[in-house]
Amino acid sequence: MEWTKLFSIALGAVLVNNFIVAQFLGICPFMGVSKKVETASGMGMAVIFVMGLASAICWPINEFILVRFNLGFMQTVTYILVIASLVQFIEMFLQKAMPALYEALGVYLPLITTNCAVLGVVLQNTQNSYNFIESVVYGVTGGVGFLVVIVLFASIRERMEFSEFPKSFEGFPIALVAAGLIALSFMGFSGLKVFG
Amino acid sequence: MNPELLNALIIGTVVLAVLGALFALVLAFAAKAFAVEKDPREEAIAAILPGANCGGCGFPGCGGYAAAVAAGKAPVNACAAGGAAVAAQIGEIMGVSAGDSVKMLAQVHCTGCGQNFKKYEYVGLKDCTAASILPGGGDLGCGYGCLGLGSCVKACPFDAIHVVDGVAKVDEDACKSCGKCVEACPKHLISLVPYKTKRHVAITCSSHDKGVDVRKSCDNGCIGCSLCVKACPKEAINMVNNLAVIDYEKCIGCGICAQKCPRKLITVDGKVPEVKPAPPKPAAPKPEEAPKAEPAAKAEEAPKAAAGEAQK
Repeated sequence: MEWTKLFSIALGAVLVNNFIVAQFLGICPFMGVSKKVETASGMGMAVIFVMGLASAICWPINEFILVRFNLGFMQTVTYILVIASLVQFIEMFLQKAMPALYEALGVYLPLITTNCAVLGVVLQNTQNSYNFIESVVYGVTGGVGFLVVIVLFASIRERMEFSEFPKSFEGFPIALVAAGLIALSFMGFSGLKVFG
Repeated sequence: MNPELLNALIIGTVVLAVLGALFALVLAFAAKAFAVEKDPREEAIAAILPGANCGGCGFPGCGGYAAAVAAGKAPVNACAAGGAAVAAQIGEIMGVSAGDSVKMLAQVHCTGCGQNFKKYEYVGLKDCTAASILPGGGDLGCGYGCLGLGSCVKACPFDAIHVVDGVAKVDEDACKSCGKCVEACPKHLISLVPYKTKRHVAITCSSHDKGVDVRKSCDNGCIGCSLCVKACPKEAINMVNNLAVIDYEKCIGCGICAQKCPRKLITVDGKVPEVKPAPPKPAAPKPEEAPKAEPAAKAEEAPKAAAGEAQK
């Protein structure tokens, strides 16, 4: 088992190829639920959870069904189906088995069905031909990267609430500018390479 | 058509259909296996509630409150925004009587006169919390007054409080007494008070300064002369640290105190009443002057429910 490769995948997913600020996936929840740090971290936790599980479920489906029947072109539609069903199933399961976790994730769980970062992570798992463990690591750490950025952004937006802007910049425009600046600052990681 | 392409098409369709059917079966099974019994009353209650999610009831949103009521953990009349009408409807669903829920409203305890006595010019964030951490608790000469920067306005989910002439004013029709402004005000000028008497009497000052100091920084501020305390027929006004405070448990809304106040800071239904001629002497007022306006208001003395918490 090459730990170095897993480490480089993890670091890449969190910082270098961050899903939000480097790949621009999952922008909708990034803008939508980042008004408060509390809700943002709730969303981030839910994304980690679902991304990890989706990676784990989609890998065998790709490996044992799509590849076997030579149906590589159907990845996207299959993954959408899998993710949607998975999220539904998780929601039902959690509500019954772990009400506390269900309460904590709350409304963010069903929202993730439409989060393209989740679809992105499973598609990239296939593209990069990761094995099962690498897929799961990429999924979970991709979620961690999502959490880091959305919490950062939410903290900034909380402070922006008290600042004065020109009328034309109030609300979403200035939030988009701030998001762009965060993305720029994350560009600083782009030269980072671990173990080749 | 190319037979290979056709083959891929058929296999693809079949695989996707099988996968879809499989997931559907799993989900259908899961829906049965993991079904959580929900109280039907909860949905009915949630439908009645205003849906503003103001949190005034102390639960996370209207859904949380509906669940708590259905579980019997919350009183049916806790929804301040919905008022008595909603309480009655919920009571019907739950099969209990709503009881008397006293109408509460936010009251700003400041006349805003301090805006005329500024210590310095404030040019910072348009936010009371930011301004209030400055020396002297803001730019006003009076260390207690309304800064007029509108933190309460931002906090209000019902657009019921506005800054008018430098002081926050509550729109009594729009106010749903959710208490968001009470939390938002860094000067603690706002409190929820019961409106149970026919006329509502309020003391619009929060200054605990001595009378001499109050005169220097405000034309209206309470100087602690105690004339209202002596004038009140029901002993409903107390002096707390040089400030007159109404005990709404006892107040009958007669408005005599407003007539007596030499600083014109006691309002009746939001207005300072015209002072009748013969200004009161600073010495002890005669007790027989008091009961004149009393009989009309006496009938209004309603039995009180839980109103004690309104006092600051």
